[in-house]
Amino acid sequence: MQHSPALETNTGLDNRKLLMWLFLASECLFFGSLIAAYLLYRDKSVTGPYPEDLFDIPFTSVSAFILLMSSVTMVLALAAVQRGDQHGLRIWLFTTAFLGILFVSGQAFEFTEFNREGLSLSTNLFGTTFFVLTGFHGAHVTVGVLILLSLFVMAQRGRLTQAESLHVELAGLYWHFVDIVWIVIFTLVYLIQP
Amino acid sequence: MTLAEFRGIKPAIGEGGQAAEPVHRQGAHPGPAEYVKIGLTLATVTAVEVAVYYIDALSDVLVPILVVLSALKFSLVVMWFMHLKFDNRLFSTFFVGGLILVAALFVVVLATLGGALV
Repeated sequence: MQHSPALETNTGLDNRKLLMWLFLASECLFFGSLIAAYLLYRDKSVTGPYPEDLFDIPFTSVSAFILLMSSVTMVLALAAVQRGDQHGLRIWLFTTAFLGILFVSGQAFEFTEFNREGLSLSTNLFGTTFFVLTGFHGAHVTVGVLILLSLFVMAQRGRLTQAESLHVELAGLYWHFVDIVWIVIFTLVYLIQP
Repeated sequence: MTLAEFRGIKPAIGEGGQAAEPVHRQGAHPGPAEYVKIGLTLATVTAVEVAVYYIDALSDVLVPILVVLSALKFSLVVMWFMHLKFDNRLFSTFFVGGLILVAALFVVVLATLGGALV
């Protein structure tokens, strides 16, 4: 198996991967703050609409399922590049990006529906905290899709070989992170209501 | 002595100047079949979560059930898909450190400002 050149670092670990984990740890605090703010203010709104008036659990469940399955396809892309399967890499990368686009489209549809029902960023505390939390998550997914599409183009041009599998691994870590954030949001925001 | 030697981590350059196993992949990752099995488990747990939400008889224990199921999904993704189960412990330390800080943040914010999970 061909590998990237061995690195000698103080920790004995690849600094890029170390940095990614540090970044994800900081992202935990970022989303933790937004979720805490949502939980704090969601039942403090003095005017509607309220969460129970708007949430469509079957629709959001499908969205959650799509994002969860995109994590499976992402890890299959990593397995493919690590065993030198370029065809598999391209298929799984594209599938992951496609599922990500589906998720973001679903979120855009949901935001539009909520807005039609009278909820905006400034309507009430629920609207403010909900849109900021889920909006930032959607922005993260969008960035993830752009990274995946970039990797797909690199793979198409033959510039993503087994030796560069770390690029896919780092993108995968980011992608799985946005997935676990949605696992938490789906439960705490959508399924558990006051 | 480097930090790597102090921590007992294998050097990246092997004997005879040959490149050793790349340092970012300390343990062997699972294969595609195992990933698909985990994926099916995640799909099943999600289906159970949604089913539990609609069962009125479980409304009293809904919150603990959903929290446990969510934690299970979270752990499966982190351990298997993000490879924390197989990779160097330093990565786990960073991530778990972040999670501990988040838990502290939740406790402080919700306890002092009067928020609640339900």
